[in-house]
Amino acid sequence: MNNIIKIGCLLGLIVSISSCQENAEPNYQYMPDMYESVGYETYDKVGFLPDEQEALQPAEHTIMRGWMPYEFENTPEGKELSKAASSPLDSLSYEENMAKGMQLYTIYCAICHGDKGEGQGTLVKREKILGVPSYADPARDIQVGGVYHVIYYGLNSMGSYAGQLNHEERWMVSEYVMQLKEDLTK
Amino acid sequence: MTVENIEKQHMKKVLNRHQIATVLGISLFVTLLFSPSLSAQDAAEPAAAETEAVAEESDESAGDAAKGKQLFNQNCAACHALNRKMTGPALANVESRLAEEEGLGKDWLYAWIKNSPGMIASGDAYANEIYNEYNQAAMTAFPTLSNEDIDDILAYTSAPPPAPPQTTATAAGGEATAAGGSGISNELILGALVLVFGILVVMLFLVNSTLKRIAEASGVVIEKEKVEKRTPIWKAFAQNQFLVLVSVIFLMLVGAYYAYGWMMQVGVDQGYAPIQPIHYSHKIHAGDNKIECKYCHSSARVSKHSGIPSLNVCMNCHKSIYEYKGNPEGPSPEDLANGYTNEFYTKEIKKLYKAVGWDETNQRYTGETQPVEWVRIHNLPDFAYFNHSQHVSVAGIECQTCHGPVEEMEIMYQYSPLTMGWCINCHRETNVKVEGNEYYEKIHEELSKKYGVDQLTAAQLGGLECGKCHY
Repeated sequence: MNNIIKIGCLLGLIVSISSCQENAEPNYQYMPDMYESVGYETYDKVGFLPDEQEALQPAEHTIMRGWMPYEFENTPEGKELSKAASSPLDSLSYEENMAKGMQLYTIYCAICHGDKGEGQGTLVKREKILGVPSYADPARDIQVGGVYHVIYYGLNSMGSYAGQLNHEERWMVSEYVMQLKEDLTK
Repeated sequence: MTVENIEKQHMKKVLNRHQIATVLGISLFVTLLFSPSLSAQDAAEPAAAETEAVAEESDESAGDAAKGKQLFNQNCAACHALNRKMTGPALANVESRLAEEEGLGKDWLYAWIKNSPGMIASGDAYANEIYNEYNQAAMTAFPTLSNEDIDDILAYTSAPPPAPPQTTATAAGGEATAAGGSGISNELILGALVLVFGILVVMLFLVNSTLKRIAEASGVVIEKEKVEKRTPIWKAFAQNQFLVLVSVIFLMLVGAYYAYGWMMQVGVDQGYAPIQPIHYSHKIHAGDNKIECKYCHSSARVSKHSGIPSLNVCMNCHKSIYEYKGNPEGPSPEDLANGYTNEFYTKEIKKLYKAVGWDETNQRYTGETQPVEWVRIHNLPDFAYFNHSQHVSVAGIECQTCHGPVEEMEIMYQYSPLTMGWCINCHRETNVKVEGNEYYEKIHEELSKKYGVDQLTAAQLGGLECGKCHY
């Protein structure tokens, strides 16, 4: 009987110790001073800032490095006007732009628009998002400037990708879309 | 052998048998537990298939609704749903509603669908009204759709297949019963096990006492501990100094081994899986739907940090995806056991809508946002520098190399230890990617000559220099 009680106690101890090993909490640190930054970390929670977060919009009336002005407004008229705009990218490095554009297109666009621009991305095939048109749709007047406009502002259910792609990258993707359209309508 | 010893042996044996019995019992119950849910699913699937078949038949009888559905999904569904406002109005029974409320016939619809901007420009009253009602979101003109195509689409909108709501209802019902069933049977099994265990304990005591009584009756004297005047074993041990020395050294070595192991894991958060404010499943997004890591973590390409996506990135898709419909085969028993039902995930999407301030009924942003306090998992100490873009864009390393099988993680956890030894190992083993990178060309040529190798590792290119990561 005595043994059973002892074994029971031991088991209980093991269970209680092992249940302390929680993955929901971070581990101890030797010298937290060395680990934790004195300055604010990215996405840190900072009490006195708006919304208590370190991640902020750029200050008003400032522009970030590499930012380029975009003259067309987010209106149907602006979109029509934008179609006349041509790509500012160097046409001599077309091949490189296409390679980069393809990479970016695969990351950001192909999930809905499909690898070939036929409107059959994974999300469409799995019926999560419907109604993604093919670039070959003859009813649509797709121009490189218009593609840029749509990437910049979004259109209807499609959101803006201006946050994920910078000025040059947007033009690369726009040119790649035109290439896809050409391949589709060939 | 004394009777008590016999008893003890007996008890041990019984205990062992009991364990085996428990194991057997558990495995039996587990099989029982899974079999009803499986059979329930089997039963549900044909039922769903039947309803679908019925729906398809009714579609055909209604005319071109099936073709209309296809056209609708291709052309309209980006902005319109049947029973739900999206970018454009809900379209269920649009034809009869227009006729009743606005007195507009099919001709108006033909004209509108084929050239809506033209109609707005021409000053058609209702065209302008609806255009302004929906934030002046211009509808794409569909000059390629013929009148028959539009008829098909209208047939689909006026006779929406009754199947979807029914199937979802039955599916939901099936899930609920399945989940409830497993919950109840789990409790039942536990209760039964406790009962069996209790009975066994009682029986052991009874057997023990009967054996004692039999022994007494047959005149066997139960010997209590014979107190002999022998030196107890611990005293004998203490007197043997060599043994004491050896065991002390042994214990110290064992202690040192475990102490070292414990101290080495301090500050290492491998396996850390905090509870996040929104249950975001990487398994669904990166696994099932195969969304690129860099779609959401786009700054990993270009910056030190692999950023947490801001909520507008979520809304790129979740503007359209307002509920979780899951896989065609439905949630797995494993997911159900964890409570990951379709309703559960849909509720998490609503949490996103609340945080980003998306008004679902009116399909617009309210402007009332609140930050989502994600809990950071991967955290390098402040004294170590790490740059994502250098690894992702320049070296072309897969995200999974360090972050593990993220596409299988329902709950995100830290896969790698993120210790210095781990970094250095990888730098020693990984060759520098030089293809298509002129930046490294010259130094690679010179250094590879110096080291006499074809391919430089990251370490040979200076990947072990202290100042590269600590400064």
